[in-house]
Amino acid sequence: MAKSAQSRAAKSGGDSTPEEILTYYRDMLLIRRFEEKAGQLYGMGLIGGFCHLYIGQEAVVVGMQAAAEQGDTVITSYRDHGHMLACGMDAKGVMAELTGRRGGYSKGKGGSMHMFSREKGFYGGHGIVGSQVPLGTGLGFAHSYREDGKVTMCYLGDGAINQGQVYESFNMAALWKLPVVYVIENNKYAMGTSVQRSSAGTELYKRGVAYGIPGERVDGMDVMSVRKTGAAALAHAREGKGPFILEMMTYRYRGHSMSDPAKYRSKEEVAKMRQEHDPIDRLREYILSNKVADEAKLKDIDREIKDIVSAATEFAQQSPEPDPSELWTDVLLEA
Amino acid sequence: MSAIETTYREALRQALIDAMNEDPDIVVLGEEVGLYGGAYGVTKGLIDQFGPERILDTPISEAAIVGAAVGAAMSGLRPVAELMYVDFVGIVMDQLANQAAKIRYMFGGQIGVPMVLRSQGGTGRSAAAQHSQSLEAWMAHVPGLRLAMPATVNDAYHLLRHALTLPDPVVFLEHKGLYVQKGTLDTAQPDAPWGKAVVRRAGHDLTIVTYSKMLLESLAAAEQLAAQGVSAEVIDLRTLNPLDEETVANSVRRTHRAMVVTEAHLTGGFSAELSARIHESCFDHLEEPVARVAGEDIPIPVSPPLERNAVPNAQLITETGLWLVQRKAPAWAL
Ligand SMILES: Cc1ncc(C[n+]2csc(CCOP(=O)(O)OP(=O)(O)O)c2C)c(N)n1
Ligand SMILES: [Mg+2]
Repeated sequence: MAKSAQSRAAKSGGDSTPEEILTYYRDMLLIRRFEEKAGQLYGMGLIGGFCHLYIGQEAVVVGMQAAAEQGDTVITSYRDHGHMLACGMDAKGVMAELTGRRGGYSKGKGGSMHMFSREKGFYGGHGIVGSQVPLGTGLGFAHSYREDGKVTMCYLGDGAINQGQVYESFNMAALWKLPVVYVIENNKYAMGTSVQRSSAGTELYKRGVAYGIPGERVDGMDVMSVRKTGAAALAHAREGKGPFILEMMTYRYRGHSMSDPAKYRSKEEVAKMRQEHDPIDRLREYILSNKVADEAKLKDIDREIKDIVSAATEFAQQSPEPDPSELWTDVLLEA
Repeated sequence: MSAIETTYREALRQALIDAMNEDPDIVVLGEEVGLYGGAYGVTKGLIDQFGPERILDTPISEAAIVGAAVGAAMSGLRPVAELMYVDFVGIVMDQLANQAAKIRYMFGGQIGVPMVLRSQGGTGRSAAAQHSQSLEAWMAHVPGLRLAMPATVNDAYHLLRHALTLPDPVVFLEHKGLYVQKGTLDTAQPDAPWGKAVVRRAGHDLTIVTYSKMLLESLAAAEQLAAQGVSAEVIDLRTLNPLDEETVANSVRRTHRAMVVTEAHLTGGFSAELSARIHESCFDHLEEPVARVAGEDIPIPVSPPLERNAVPNAQLITETGLWLVQRKAPAWAL
């Protein structure tokens, strides 16, 4: 890891305990290994349809969850596996949903893009780009109405930021001082379209300026920075000061979905991000050089993660196909 | 040019190329239509041929994409807006139904909206509830929109070419399961004029009326029915607006039995419209009420076995045909 990155990490890591830092490491590694396995299962034909991997972006959701409180709520788009794992949803149920099986979170009806857990405060998994932003605003409204002191983290992509309903939401959230932190995951591309090619004004954290919504740009490849800035944004929203926008500068290593030829960016660009900015490598270096833990401890974590992912994979393959009668259930409840 | 073997996807691409070469007012706009070549590859390479002035990659802003296409069309350009999945039409419905469809009438015929909205729908790829729908009924319900749903390679080409000459907005709905379908393209010879249905298979016991990908299932069913002594005529509507009632009625008056097949949900679907019209025009000729074979009234599930059961297939069409003609019930119904 580069020296400057090390010192940056050191600066912001100050107020996390060693246990917390190891949890960030563990959670990011879980997402990474889970996603790698999902990619493999896709290649083997065990997962079909859409499958948008989160590899490279792990620090964003793990850092935000580290800053969140019990009872805060999360909503995001279709690139949702990492968010679910970070919210504490069971890897088995997520993987089994990817394989479309009965044991999946949505009983094999929703798939990769559509899972949900009220218990873990995760409100999906939405496939229409940008449409989760009004929903997240509504979740924030519910927190505010109930005066429960909780905040919604509403994630959206750099591509989603150009949907009209995002701005309708910003305005309402600011008008009503709703406790929502809008987390823009700027991974530089929306499918094959770079931010430069889609956005007039590429400082996306300023998109709330007209509504008086404060915004900040964050190194989304550094879990410590995410946690720190995330905590400040959440505190702002929690104190009743209204919404906050965070622009996480991050990167997805894999294609948009599994069928992406990725001709819109160079292999060198991807390799450079992986080598110089990988969020997991970076934290690993930090842990070792600051003696937060030793190699042996990190190996234990590796092994633990490996076991979780193997168990999830096993479960996702063994779980039966949905019962044919499930076709007609869950449309509406009896009236 | 003589006929060539190609795919539905290539035929669409060729139609865009040929039309753009002839008409400098045609521009293509949509998400990933340029550098990426289209989510399903229909516009592949067009940006190299026509440049970014005519092939416009847009932000993810469907309301503005379609609205801007309507505005440009009002001023006389001929935009082709691509909506990556028909499911996203929820975002553009105002521009489509309240603007594009109303402008000619509302302004007393002074101005039209000569644009094409290309999109694709349908099941078969485990794309789940928000990327698998068949929403033609939403569009068919709105007066002022043309609606084409090609099922064959030759129609993919010719219906799109024709759509790009029309004075009014055309919604052009492709099927994601058809892009790799192979067939014969004869650029000099459409299967029939625009607005005319085509009898894809002649028969005398039963008329099956369908369109888009369900044509393939219906033809497969007609083959199975033939093996069981039932001669089914299969009609491909090709366009839902205009709707060729005459070809359908002429057939049903001969066969005395009709079945309508759609991938779209049963309730409030275009199958209901077709069934009603057949009853109205052929009541005295019908031996049986018109049968409707349509998608289940459920969101589309991701699980492949569930997804397959959410929409009709050749077997269900065959069973329905045997019931209509021979009163033979399938084993599962006994
Ligand atoms: C309304 C809508 N338009 C288009 C799409 C197709 N689509 C899916 S993801 C995507 C790119 C989104 O990019 P971004 O918001 O940056 O998120 P990322 O995939 O990078 O996480 C597009 C165009 C969609 N699902 N919904
Ligand atoms: Mg992006």
